Amino acid sequence: MSTAGPEGANGATTLRNAFGGVLSFFILLLIGVLAFSIRLFSVIKYESVIHEFDPYFNYRVTQFLTKQGIYEFWNWFDDRTWYPLGRVIGGTVYPGLTLTAGTMWWILNSLNIPLSVETVCVFTAPIFSAFASWATYLLTKEAKGVGAGLTAAALLAMVPSYISRSVAGSYDNEAVAIFALIFTFYLYIKTLNTGSLFYATLNALAYFYMVCSWGGYTFIINLIPMHVLLCILTGRYSSRLYIAYAPLVVLGTLLAALVPVVGFNAVMTSEHFASFLVFIIIHVVALVYYIKGILTPRMFKAAVTLVVSVGLVVCCAVVAVLVALVASSPTKGWSGRSLSLLDPTYASKYIPIIASVSEHQPPTWPSYFMDINILAFLVPAGIIACFLPLSDASSFVVLYIVTSVYFSGVMVRLMLVLAPAACIISGIALSEAFTVFTRSIKFQLPGLSLGSQVESGDVTSSVAVAQNSSTAVARNDVAKAEKAQEASKTRPSKKNKKKEKDIVEKESVTPHSDRRHLILPMEASVISIFLLVLLGAFYVIHCVWAAAEAYSAPSIVLTSQSPDGGLHVFDDFREAYAWLRHNTDVDDKVASWWDYGYQTTAMANRTVIVDNNTWNNTHIATVGTAMSSPEKAAWEIFNSLDVKYILVVFGGLVGYPSDDINKFLWMVRIGGGVFPHIKEPDYLRDGQYRIDSQATPTMLNCLMYKLSYYRFVETDGQGFDRVRRTEIGKKHFKLSYFEEVFTTHHWMVRIYKLKPPKNRIRGKTKKLKSKGSSKRSVAGKRNPWN
Amino acid sequence: MATKPLILAVVLQLLPLLCNSFSPESPTNRRVLVLLDDVAVKSSHSFFFKSLQSRGYQLEFKLADDPSVGLQRYGRYLYDVLILFCPSVERFKGAIDPAAILDFVDSGHDLIVAADTNASDFIREIATECGVDFDEDPSAMVIDHTSYAVSDTEGDHTLIASDDFVKSDVILGSKDIAPVIFKGIAHTLNPANRLVLKALSASPSAYSANPKSKLSNPPALTGSDISLVSVVQVRNNARILITGSLKMFSNRFFRSGVQKVGSSSKYKKSGNEQFLAELSKWVLHERGHLKAVNVRHHKVGEGDEPALYRINDELEYSVEIYEWSGRSWEPYVANDVQVQFYMMSPYVLKTLSSDKKGLYSTAFKVPDVYGVFQFKIEYERLGYTSLSLSRQIPVRPYRHNEYERFIPAAYPYYGAAFSTMAGFFIFTVVHLYNK
Repeated sequence: MSTAGPEGANGATTLRNAFGGVLSFFILLLIGVLAFSIRLFSVIKYESVIHEFDPYFNYRVTQFLTKQGIYEFWNWFDDRTWYPLGRVIGGTVYPGLTLTAGTMWWILNSLNIPLSVETVCVFTAPIFSAFASWATYLLTKEAKGVGAGLTAAALLAMVPSYISRSVAGSYDNEAVAIFALIFTFYLYIKTLNTGSLFYATLNALAYFYMVCSWGGYTFIINLIPMHVLLCILTGRYSSRLYIAYAPLVVLGTLLAALVPVVGFNAVMTSEHFASFLVFIIIHVVALVYYIKGILTPRMFKAAVTLVVSVGLVVCCAVVAVLVALVASSPTKGWSGRSLSLLDPTYASKYIPIIASVSEHQPPTWPSYFMDINILAFLVPAGIIACFLPLSDASSFVVLYIVTSVYFSGVMVRLMLVLAPAACIISGIALSEAFTVFTRSIKFQLPGLSLGSQVESGDVTSSVAVAQNSSTAVARNDVAKAEKAQEASKTRPSKKNKKKEKDIVEKESVTPHSDRRHLILPMEASVISIFLLVLLGAFYVIHCVWAAAEAYSAPSIVLTSQSPDGGLHVFDDFREAYAWLRHNTDVDDKVASWWDYGYQTTAMANRTVIVDNNTWNNTHIATVGTAMSSPEKAAWEIFNSLDVKYILVVFGGLVGYPSDDINKFLWMVRIGGGVFPHIKEPDYLRDGQYRIDSQATPTMLNCLMYKLSYYRFVETDGQGFDRVRRTEIGKKHFKLSYFEEVFTTHHWMVRIYKLKPPKNRIRGKTKKLKSKGSSKRSVAGKRNPWN
Repeated sequence: MATKPLILAVVLQLLPLLCNSFSPESPTNRRVLVLLDDVAVKSSHSFFFKSLQSRGYQLEFKLADDPSVGLQRYGRYLYDVLILFCPSVERFKGAIDPAAILDFVDSGHDLIVAADTNASDFIREIATECGVDFDEDPSAMVIDHTSYAVSDTEGDHTLIASDDFVKSDVILGSKDIAPVIFKGIAHTLNPANRLVLKALSASPSAYSANPKSKLSNPPALTGSDISLVSVVQVRNNARILITGSLKMFSNRFFRSGVQKVGSSSKYKKSGNEQFLAELSKWVLHERGHLKAVNVRHHKVGEGDEPALYRINDELEYSVEIYEWSGRSWEPYVANDVQVQFYMMSPYVLKTLSSDKKGLYSTAFKVPDVYGVFQFKIEYERLGYTSLSLSRQIPVRPYRHNEYERFIPAAYPYYGAAFSTMAGFFIFTVVHLYNK
């Protein structure tokens, strides 16, 4: 923090700034501690364990990295997933998270701090959310000053949307990617404000880290060009803009192409074209400005007409070629996930596998209030604040919030991108509000001694005084207050201001007049501050509740509150995976729906057919088809894939809603997308999905139904499914091609084994005569099949 | 007298050693349980039993209604082979029922079943479970008016002579066999059943009916659909012989001459003895039992078996295959053993070349596809036990440093990059110092 205020060095101001700096530092430190510790509820309430599905894969990859080293990791061909195709992990994974955690583990180990890899993985996300809140501080500080920065950082530290993806144990890409995203934006703004090539280079490196970490990097490489274009269109082109953008595109693209999973996509796919287009445009604009500088106005005019006419022709040709190229590819060069961003109905129409993931669904309104809470109300105020005055930085923030609101409306998952933007904007709004109110109070505090003669309760007079501000005393006070405000608030963005002066001379005057109008009455200010603090308190309460109750469940261990207040723990998943690990051969293949693939490989260490990396639709469709087929066809499919065991998740006994029967229609859809003999209407009775006695025969005979409800009637004598809240349709049946080998304590995971082909093939003769029921049942067991 | 319990104890101690099914390690000294309806069968069929004993089998005769009879004790089988010469027994008094016998087969033991007219449901059920359907009419017999055996007394043509053997040297040996005389009931096989095989079929003019009553309806079983003797090799390679005639094992049939009606060649001795001896050799695994050992694969030029291959590696694969000759493992010689390099479908299918000493080997190039492959040998030939070997082996793509460092086609781009760099350097120098 420089001590040089706008009005020169002043001893008192220096001290004040020093205190301010120290205070900010400690506030930031505390924000970091808050961000870290609010995410530890999951560890305290459950245990230090990796959560959910994808984190298990990341954990397994990290283990591999720490054991085998980076080159083995880079070249890792995993033969335990997607059997028999295998998966080239090194070339299909975003390595940022793994490398980060691996490096942290390595550093700790070389410092003789022997933490397990799992511990490091569990705590990576909370650590990086502290980093993310600091990055938010930096970004907002660049845009609107220290106060807004601190507020935004505090908001981000506990925004529920981000907590949901970064509690301890949620070891997923987003954990580090959000930090990388904000930090990249910060460096972009910093470069824009300073015009420093050093920051531009750092920006490219931060972008590289983001590319390493998450597929969401395309958001950056589209948002920044949009902002550059916006600046050019609004006449804000400057050499700083050029420095902020051109190196990012060149270095960033080169670096992005180094990440194996991106590779040539960095120059081949449509997601990146916007950046190249803007790259061309900014050069054209730079050239125009340069030529404008060296030519006389008349010659410039002539040159413009010449260039524009030639340029239009060339442009048309290039655009035609581009359109032809892009149109020749079947998906128009866009990947399915990106297309579903532009057309939210795309995925559900064409790609069931994308639509089947719950986090790819559009969010509902309540989820906004759940995930960003009061920020939803503060954002509009913040946007207004960003326009007073509009700088390059604040226009970027506005653009960021606008685009991310759109994207969050498309996919629940992208709420995560909205959350930092909402925090920044809300931070600005809150900080501006506090500035106005405290200034109002501060203005009236010296006026309190002055106004003690007048009437402290007379609101209108003080307002009149404030609004008129014609007396010299008042004016001095206002000026002093403004200076103080300026010293504390606008000093960090003095470069901002300088730049503004370049373009719009008037702006330096307008804030003064604005502020003069923003002096509010004392009582209104006090009450408003009180209300704002109350609002903040509600936010904090909501966030703590969300962190403690809503988002801390690791989803592999479930708990439920029994009526007498006791806690019931469902640890069925780990029970099943442990059974697989200890009771099956190490090379056995386990088939399940793809949701459980990562967990099976990581926890049971068994080969799986499909997993959560849904790269091969046909393979998933094969498993979906098998699950939707009758027993015999399913047996043949699984046998052709060398499957030994089948794992199904069944929640009907304890009322666990996200079980395989509830996901089953997706299996039918995905299977039917590749194998047309599986038709969705066959599984629906009058368009309704049901499993009771009204269900269709196809439904009642498909493998998933049978494996889920086999022997279910033995539990309560009726076969009442607590998830679907109905009695099952077919209660007593036998399995002839599969045998049950393990069912967990609460029946949540059931494991079946494929029966081997029968040793003998029975003849055709029926039982000769009635030989008594006992013999008949023996014969029934020996069903003929091969 | 006191030595008796001692001997019993010793025998009990040794039982686990004595009672193994056919195994490559100790294939000799096999114990056979023969279950009889009648003690007389032991003497009337003694030639067949003697031929078994002379080949080293220890026969134990029990009456079917002996309550002490049992196939296993303490979870171990007491016998390796079971011969059921008890066509009329309805049920056993001992611990034997069809399920026990089928479990005996399913755990890899061999079985010989002979039925006869009025065969009991017990025998029929066992046969049906093995894929053989006896004629449902209990008093029906195979009748053939055109190829019956000429006998001294003109009978009802139920004594038939057949030489329609299965054409397999593995099952019946290479020597010619005289026609076999048969008198018993017919059975049919399911054509879709790949495990069961007609060893001796009836002639096209045969049919199955009750010889004592007049034919009112066309017979259900006719022609060469009728099988007289069938063999089954189940999936675990246990072998079963099923025939509708107990008499064909008898000393009388073994010794009698045979002449097919309408045929001029008269044989002094029927083919029964040779046919059944050869067939029992096959059923008792003295022939046609293969084993594959020492499956090896490695890269060309290396000795050790790698944990995984890279695409486009050259590799060598070898396996040794032996056949049991009754006394020792002899090299198996064939030119049709193939290995597949398999991932959902065979990417490579190569015939292995044999060195005539049992070693089969080949060399091929790993395809340009990565994934989890298998070396697969699926060898199923008539009369031989099926060989099914598979060994999983992952194939990985190139490592990052295994690609070519410089590609000739890319030289223009290298040139462009370096010339641009040089040009920019010169431009900078000129721009900065040329004022």
